[in-house]
Amino acid sequence: MINETFFWTIQVLIAIALLGSSIAAIRFKNLISAVIAMAVFSLALSVEFYVLQAPDVAIAEAGVGAGLTTAMYLLAIRNTTDEEVVE
Amino acid sequence: MTTTIIKTTTRLLAPLILVFGSYIILHGHLTPGGGFQGGAVFASGLILLIVANVRDKVQKLFEKTPLTQLESLGALGFLGIGLLGLMSYTFLKNAIANSGFLFGGTTPQGINPGYLNTGGTLSYLNIFVGTKVLAGLTSIVLIFFLILRRERDEW
Repeated sequence: MINETFFWTIQVLIAIALLGSSIAAIRFKNLISAVIAMAVFSLALSVEFYVLQAPDVAIAEAGVGAGLTTAMYLLAIRNTTDEEVVE
Repeated sequence: MTTTIIKTTTRLLAPLILVFGSYIILHGHLTPGGGFQGGAVFASGLILLIVANVRDKVQKLFEKTPLTQLESLGALGFLGIGLLGLMSYTFLKNAIANSGFLFGGTTPQGINPGYLNTGGTLSYLNIFVGTKVLAGLTSIVLIFFLILRRERDEW
């Protein structure tokens, strides 16, 4: 029973983290902050995959989501500008 | 992105990430993960090295690294190991298992902790997939890095 409670607590915490980080990624005006929020989203998603007993997918998500796409977004922002352009 | 904090962190962290990626690739038939996952982890270590250094150093570091050739080697090696299976029965048949060759050790019966020298063809496939993935992902980010405008090299 204690395991069940722990499992659902983790689920609720991860859901809050996913929602919070994705809303932060949309709302941040500084694009670098938005990219870091996306990395936090990927990290929380990989923890969720691990809790749901798919460690394979968790490793892929952590490596590609938090490592590679963050580096690519950062390089693209560095090539242009780090402030959101409001038309 | 070349402050002292990032440089010091990279110097400590990059070797550990590279070793962990190699571990995931080599133990692909025993533990979670495999060629793709280990290749992605290894590539993120190399990308940490790319992002945390200035352009000239990166150019010098990766000038002699045959990333294109490594990627082709991964695909051709996968195909070659697959064709090796035709020797005994069919495409991708595990011809190396129990042969006494490297990674061809005999798997013991029953519950065991998992031995590295088993798996046969699977280990070779993991190594070739890992080679292809790490070369491909690293070259993507390397090209992203090298087409940067020169005048904004300050961070």
